[in-house]
Amino acid sequence: MSPTGTPLLAFEDVSVTYRTSGGEVPAVRDVDLTVASGEVVGVAGESGCGKSTLASTILRLQPPTAKVTGRVIFEGEDVQTMKWGALRALRWAGASMVFQGALHSLNPVQRVGAQIAEPIELHQPSLTEARVRSMVGDLLEQVGLPAARARAYPHQLSGGQRQRVMIAMALACGPRLIVADEPTTALDVMVQAQVLGVLEGLVRELDVGLLMISHDLSVLAELCDRIAVMYAGRVIEHGPADKVFSDPLHPYAAALSASFPRIGDPAARYAPAGLAGDPPDPAELPAGCSFHPRCPKRFDQCDTVEPELRWPAETRSREAACLLVGPS
Amino acid sequence: MTLLEARGLRVEFGGRGAATARAVDGVDLRVAAGEIVALVGESGSGKTSLARALLGLEVPAGGDVYLDGKPLDRSARALKAFRRRVQLVLQDPAGALNPRHTVYDSVAEGIRLHDLAAQDPERRTEAELVAAALSSAGLRPPERLFLRYPHELSGGQRQRVLIAGALAMAPELLVADEPVSSLDASIRGEVLALLLALREQLGLGVLVVTHDLGLAWNIADRIAVMYLGRVVEAGPTEEVLRDPQHPYTKALLSVVPEIDGLEPIVLHGEVPDPTRIPAGCRFHPRCPAVADGTAASAGVVDACLGTPLEVLPVTSGHEVSCHLVAAQKISASTAPKGA
Repeated sequence: MSPTGTPLLAFEDVSVTYRTSGGEVPAVRDVDLTVASGEVVGVAGESGCGKSTLASTILRLQPPTAKVTGRVIFEGEDVQTMKWGALRALRWAGASMVFQGALHSLNPVQRVGAQIAEPIELHQPSLTEARVRSMVGDLLEQVGLPAARARAYPHQLSGGQRQRVMIAMALACGPRLIVADEPTTALDVMVQAQVLGVLEGLVRELDVGLLMISHDLSVLAELCDRIAVMYAGRVIEHGPADKVFSDPLHPYAAALSASFPRIGDPAARYAPAGLAGDPPDPAELPAGCSFHPRCPKRFDQCDTVEPELRWPAETRSREAACLLVGPS
Repeated sequence: MTLLEARGLRVEFGGRGAATARAVDGVDLRVAAGEIVALVGESGSGKTSLARALLGLEVPAGGDVYLDGKPLDRSARALKAFRRRVQLVLQDPAGALNPRHTVYDSVAEGIRLHDLAAQDPERRTEAELVAAALSSAGLRPPERLFLRYPHELSGGQRQRVLIAGALAMAPELLVADEPVSSLDASIRGEVLALLLALREQLGLGVLVVTHDLGLAWNIADRIAVMYLGRVVEAGPTEEVLRDPQHPYTKALLSVVPEIDGLEPIVLHGEVPDPTRIPAGCRFHPRCPAVADGTAASAGVVDACLGTPLEVLPVTSGHEVSCHLVAAQKISASTAPKGA
């Protein structure tokens, strides 16, 4: 899928199941997805679709109650089976994460500079204090903050500035892959535009891969090269970002896209688009296609046959898991 | 017919040694019966403070709130009657509902407080009133939800329960603060469609406070854009969003991801602290027209930096609070025809 041969990251048939008192609950089902260096890939979906669980497997951060099958390959090695030492080297230096909710992810009683320095000191203990301090200053400037902000405590920064600190921290050890989980949720549109600009610039300058997880398909469409849309744990559509947003194949992707109104479009005026019903409980997935109870285009086979991802007749660069799309 | 109105309204916080924050710094705003008005702005623009003042939850530092053209009577008795007519719907339904109250109790609370079952012209019981409110909010059949607790409901259902609680009061206006921002995208449309349907069926007006311009395009008749305590641009939604005039509105629209073809104007920094409102036009330190010299070549830059703008009046048309736009209008009207 990647233009340069071996991808940086590859999910190969990944499933994640949570063990609960009520039995095994599938959170992620049979996901295949790759990210190459310099590429921005988006995973879109709503609460509970499994997108954050999927992201957590990249650094083996999934909770102990989760069972992962399939392979999560980072630079040729399976993250889920690698030795602890290799995993430790991978975390921060190979791949790093920008979590959502910067206010809760930062330590409130430690200056942000010290928090950015922490992974550097852990991975390169031989560096002098002065060298680390100058690296922290450079990192802050890279995300558009003055180096002097290193002395600030998180509460002295605005939401947008805190999110920039989170990005600086993720860059601290020079990772090849950044995983950003809802990096701009809870930010105002103007601040969101600033933070997205920072991420976009970093991918271009540093040639890192970026996997961006978001419920906001419109943000992903703006930033990403490719998008995978998840529903009930599965990727139900995958393809070039602009196509998935502007001309989706799967009825769920179409509904999700339509719920971000195009301002100025007369069709959306006094006509908010939505989907009736709620996403299914992963413990009680509907038979057949998981989306069929909410699908405006369902027909008689939809409640018995679970569709695989297939190419539409006209192109092989896109795929969707819907009986209306095909043949493969 | 004007239902609720703000005239020159100011809301301040702080004092006692701390600097005074002018959260709302002179606002005229009008909501007519059955009208859907979107109050749009970023965090720190003062939109929530304005909404709270309109509900009588903040005492204005200046100006006043008018109901049916009369200043809001702040006696306890009058406020109680006012709050039946104008109902607040909070954001974050997970936090706004009491987790230990059933859906029935949550919706019945207002009915009991106002003793509505005894006053009902159709002599409906409390349970019938609760059921009617839940049905109006699209929760059918209502009886099935009576004994549910908030944690057993989906996000969309919780938001509908909150709306049902407001509808039980038979209000004339809902003030909804970010009613869908915590909901999943696919659920959002359904809740917005409900607000439109309620206007259709009950003539219910809505003042919706939001940062989401797409939401305004979806449901609002009129829109008022706030920046640092002032309305900077207001008018019919089509005009404001299709042909924005104020440099701030233009920038906001340009960074909405779903709009194609607009060159994004990313403003630097964030909305300033309302304890230190810049002199002149409060937007001038971030204004792209000041930064790129457009204001200077139009000869208004001194005004931008030094002359405060008047409170934007409410009219039926499209109003903009900007020295540059005012100068461009004058030069357009005095320019010779055909030039």
